[in-house]
Amino acid sequence: MSALEAVLLTIITASTPLLLAAVGELVTERSGVLNLGVEGMMIMGAVTGFAAAYTTGSAAVGVMAAIGTGIAMALLFAFLTQTLAANQMATGLALTLFGIGLSGLVGKPFTGLPGVKLGAVHVPGLSGLPLVGPVLFGQDLLVYASVAITVFVAWMFSRTRLGLVIRAVGTNHHSAHALGYDVAAVRYGCIAFGGACAGLAGGYLSLVYTPQWIENMTAGRGWIALALVVFATWSPNRVAVGAYLFGAVWIMGLYAQGIGVTIPPQFLASLPYLVTIGALLAISGNRILTKVNTPACIGQTFVPDR
Amino acid sequence: MKKSIVVAAVLALSLAASGALGADALKVGFVYVGPIGDHGWTYQHDQGRLAVEKALGKKVKTLYIEKVAEGPDTERAITRLARQGAGLIFTTSFGFMDPTIKVAKRFPKVKFEHATGYKRAKNVATYSSRFYEGRYVIGQIAAKLSKSGVAGYIASFPIPEVVRGINSFMLGAQSINPNFKIKTVWVNSWFDPGKEADAAKVLIGQGADIITQHTDSTAPMQIAGEKGALAFGQASDMIKFGPKTQLTAIIDDWRPYYVQRTKAVLDGSWNSTDTWGGMDTGMVGMAPYTNMPVDVAAMAKATEEKIRSGEMHTFAGPIYKQDGSLAVPKGKNLDDGTLLGMNWYIKGIDDKLPK
Repeated sequence: MSALEAVLLTIITASTPLLLAAVGELVTERSGVLNLGVEGMMIMGAVTGFAAAYTTGSAAVGVMAAIGTGIAMALLFAFLTQTLAANQMATGLALTLFGIGLSGLVGKPFTGLPGVKLGAVHVPGLSGLPLVGPVLFGQDLLVYASVAITVFVAWMFSRTRLGLVIRAVGTNHHSAHALGYDVAAVRYGCIAFGGACAGLAGGYLSLVYTPQWIENMTAGRGWIALALVVFATWSPNRVAVGAYLFGAVWIMGLYAQGIGVTIPPQFLASLPYLVTIGALLAISGNRILTKVNTPACIGQTFVPDR
Repeated sequence: MKKSIVVAAVLALSLAASGALGADALKVGFVYVGPIGDHGWTYQHDQGRLAVEKALGKKVKTLYIEKVAEGPDTERAITRLARQGAGLIFTTSFGFMDPTIKVAKRFPKVKFEHATGYKRAKNVATYSSRFYEGRYVIGQIAAKLSKSGVAGYIASFPIPEVVRGINSFMLGAQSINPNFKIKTVWVNSWFDPGKEADAAKVLIGQGADIITQHTDSTAPMQIAGEKGALAFGQASDMIKFGPKTQLTAIIDDWRPYYVQRTKAVLDGSWNSTDTWGGMDTGMVGMAPYTNMPVDVAAMAKATEEKIRSGEMHTFAGPIYKQDGSLAVPKGKNLDDGTLLGMNWYIKGIDDKLPK
């Protein structure tokens, strides 16, 4: 395997959990809901994914469990914020703290155990090609899933009625309500979708990235995903660019150290944040476009008049 | 020296069966920075606590608080153990240093033991372990087994403890292959499995076929296994995570020390001391030598024995610094003061040490 191949593969694994979590949150936010609980849903996905895979011996079951847990956590958030009209910021933060704490408890019997790794898929005939083979055709299923989800979300928002409805709900929930759309139902769905993606991102960490359960193993990736959504101005394509850029700069920082480039490692560690924010700000510089994409109702509680 | 782990879910657990104890049992408290299940640093300290219980039976009762954040929570946790009547308290992270001294002033009758620190008082002793001795042994193994002649080193922070380890590893490797190379990646964390895994992947991609780490997770071991490289465990035996990958592991063994110090409190001979124990005291141990030819294992064992008996010092002169200046001449060993403050690389390491 050539060095370039190794670097590209590492970048893809480092970026995938960010992309998954960010795309899910993007859908949630486009419907006008700010869920700050990404980190909490992710860590719960990681722990249940690991636990299920370890207990059953099947990584596929682990992936399902991770998605399911993410949805369950998200529905809890939806119930509090949509049905009970609780403050979204506070509820989201609480969801993160709750998830981190609960995952430690649930994961206690699973610490220090070697896990089950979700294997890579090899497209016959193609994964043997030099460079592009392993990079494009020899990844694990979740990498393909993350790309597929991103493409799907981009297509849904630009080409489908469902996308328009979600955008309408996020832009002006009063109007959407007046037009006869069930704001709460749409938001429930979008929140659940975000939860599923966050859970999957967590499962990616404990089933592919480092197949083991370690307390707090998400290490802030949920927050990075949240930031990516905002800096990418709610565009799925830009979220993908941001996630891969972040992963690339991060890995290149490690790579530079390995070949003996003398840049302080503390600076290298902060570089992915700086570069990603800088790049996304540059490509999102168009004020009008930004305004079009920003869900005007984000974070606002909606209680329909009866 | 250790991590700043998040949640301070302070939870004290008394393990002894209620009522089974005499009223005069000595209570021994332990303050941990991580969860016991970290399978590394804190796990090993807890093994020490269990050994105290086993060795002294009904004469002692142990208490512990895990996941104590370095900061304001530390003082609260230590105070709590002192209030519960602990007569001896071990605080097991570098960042617990000042709070330990502070609480010790308020409880002059309680004896305190602080790991890896340098501040002492009449009722505060310090202890640490010469992990670097083990790094010399694994350096030799790496130089023997590496086909590419390059080892990858995943490091946490550029502090003397870590720099000492890198130098010791390199001295061991150079004793076998003078042209041996290491590539170092600093991940700026004691414990971030994802970053550690990324670093391992990058290093292997750059030609390292042996991975060693001065971080606490088992992720590098797993990655090395996936990529067909070999690796060394850190702090505790990680063979479960790399049955075909782990060559050996440097194990922190606090058991003998904890038992000895508890006994000292029981018989009244305890006083404030500064212990920096190596292989000779049993504080540094090596996991079984696996996944290597018999002759390499024999060589490693012989070196380990020489270090243990005191026949060999891992920082024996002549040692040259990276800039070519002489650090210690032939016939002399580097003194402990220099070792404790080590902030330079030895000759043969190509990287620059981050400041």
